[in-house]
Amino acid sequence: MSELLDLTLSEARDKLAAGAITSVELTEAYIAAMDATRALNAYITETPEKARDMAKASDARRAAGDAGAMEGLPIGMKDLFCTEGVLTTAASHILDGFTPTYESTVSGNLWNAGAVMLGKTNMDEFAMGSSNETSYYGPVQNPYMRADGTGKLVPGGSSGGSASAVASRSAIAATGTDTGGSIRQPAAFAGLVGMKPTYGRCSRWGVVAFASSLDQAGPMTRTVRDASIMLGAMAGFDPKDSTSAEMAVPDFEAALSGDIRGLRIGIPKEYRVDGMPAEIEALWRKGIDMMKDAGAEIVDVSLPHTKYALPAYYIVAPAEASSNLARYDGVRFGLRVEGKDLIEMYENTRAEGFGAEVQRRIMIGTYVLSAGYYDAYYRQAQKVRTRIAQDFKDAWQECDVLLTPTTPSAAFGIDEKSDPIAMYMNDVFTVPASLAGLPAISVPVGVDAQGLPLGLQLIGPAFDEAVVLRSADMLEKAAGFSAKPALMAV
Amino acid sequence: MALDRKTVARVAHLARVRVEEDKLDQLSGELNGIIGWVEQLGEVDTDGVEPMTSVADLKLRLREDAVNDGDNPERVLQNGPSTELGFYVVPKVVE
Repeated sequence: MSELLDLTLSEARDKLAAGAITSVELTEAYIAAMDATRALNAYITETPEKARDMAKASDARRAAGDAGAMEGLPIGMKDLFCTEGVLTTAASHILDGFTPTYESTVSGNLWNAGAVMLGKTNMDEFAMGSSNETSYYGPVQNPYMRADGTGKLVPGGSSGGSASAVASRSAIAATGTDTGGSIRQPAAFAGLVGMKPTYGRCSRWGVVAFASSLDQAGPMTRTVRDASIMLGAMAGFDPKDSTSAEMAVPDFEAALSGDIRGLRIGIPKEYRVDGMPAEIEALWRKGIDMMKDAGAEIVDVSLPHTKYALPAYYIVAPAEASSNLARYDGVRFGLRVEGKDLIEMYENTRAEGFGAEVQRRIMIGTYVLSAGYYDAYYRQAQKVRTRIAQDFKDAWQECDVLLTPTTPSAAFGIDEKSDPIAMYMNDVFTVPASLAGLPAISVPVGVDAQGLPLGLQLIGPAFDEAVVLRSADMLEKAAGFSAKPALMAV
Repeated sequence: MALDRKTVARVAHLARVRVEEDKLDQLSGELNGIIGWVEQLGEVDTDGVEPMTSVADLKLRLREDAVNDGDNPERVLQNGPSTELGFYVVPKVVE
């Protein structure tokens, strides 16, 4: 079984195509792995029976000569994607018992490409968090442990269950969603590749909304090649999402040419933030040297408004969230807590149904949108956002792709960070690309003194995922990341 | 700035989230911390800068004004916590 779990997504695809293994065999190995790693709490809902049926159907399709790009590959689906007939919770109490009668476009695309669903992965409630500790279904544990063995660590968030599942080998890959770093930060914490594509590349239809101008789905995988294959299957124009990009999806795997000679890699000086740990600085330097050795040209660039990205994000995202989450009223789906009248029923339902962080963000959002404050906060944040996007546009005059750290630290302990703003600081390097809607990837490059994974981020121009993946592939090859988590299915 | 108890209670009501009296002070402290921190945005010179309305350079599409969904009340109501005779049931609104 271990040999099956050792396979990357692309290796498994090739073995399935060659007839060396079947989807049923591969899926059974992963179902056993879900069992073996259950203590990590990576899944909210496991769907082993559905997985077996899908694997059988996949093998039959392949026998009939009809195999898709993800044919027979068992994956985890973040519990933010609506899945027809399968409980979908967004890790919130307020969606108790919600069983969608429709399928999100992205998950539907993956099933149409032949993928097999193992279950719905845990996450921060409504994707609001950077540690997976805000889940109503309890925190997720990172399968990596500190070398000194102290304490359980967070897998990052919000796609923490997906990260934990792929790293502990209870899924060959998983979907994530990224609003301010929710794919890239957990990927960095769990030694994985995580990619947020350009805003508009993947349909948002059927994905529980957090901040609609920022939310994007993307793959979380063990290699860059795996990410290119899976992103290709997820992406595509969808008339049901008004912000879906009406563009053809390129062959992302074909972009991995193994050649970045002459590519201009920008190093933004503003990402050298105050108090950045020496090992992050050293990792970044190592990455710069690796790209230089591969023949890239290193260019110093400036993104002057970087320090304002986080505060702008913490106005824009809660504002959109307060509006999106208005739909949870106890009337049409999920939890209802009765009250003496309709208003009291709304207030009781939302007080009991939403966790503390979600309530905080709804209230911040309501406040910054309220009469008298709209211009000072929300409108100003949207102007700053224009400035941040312009910074990137200016940078593309001088470079083709940007290289930065993904996170300011390695994974931290469960219950270690209680101050909301300290928690928000996790996303300091990932939020700017989110505000500008740009494609960005995290690649595992090294480990810290405790043996915990650290990642570097590559950011590219809008709709140029190809250049991001091509450079990420080279970075991955040069880094040769080989750390393995302490806790994984074997 | 300064979200005092009264403001927090008003915002909570606007957001339709019940907050107990004894939680108002703590919440006021937390929200003030966040609002105080985001106020640094005031430092940015945004004269003549248009607020961002769409991150992608895409034009919203128009579609034909035609019915393309619906006529499926069972599916729509399937997840309702309380439904009857093809309707959602809520507490009495009109006396």
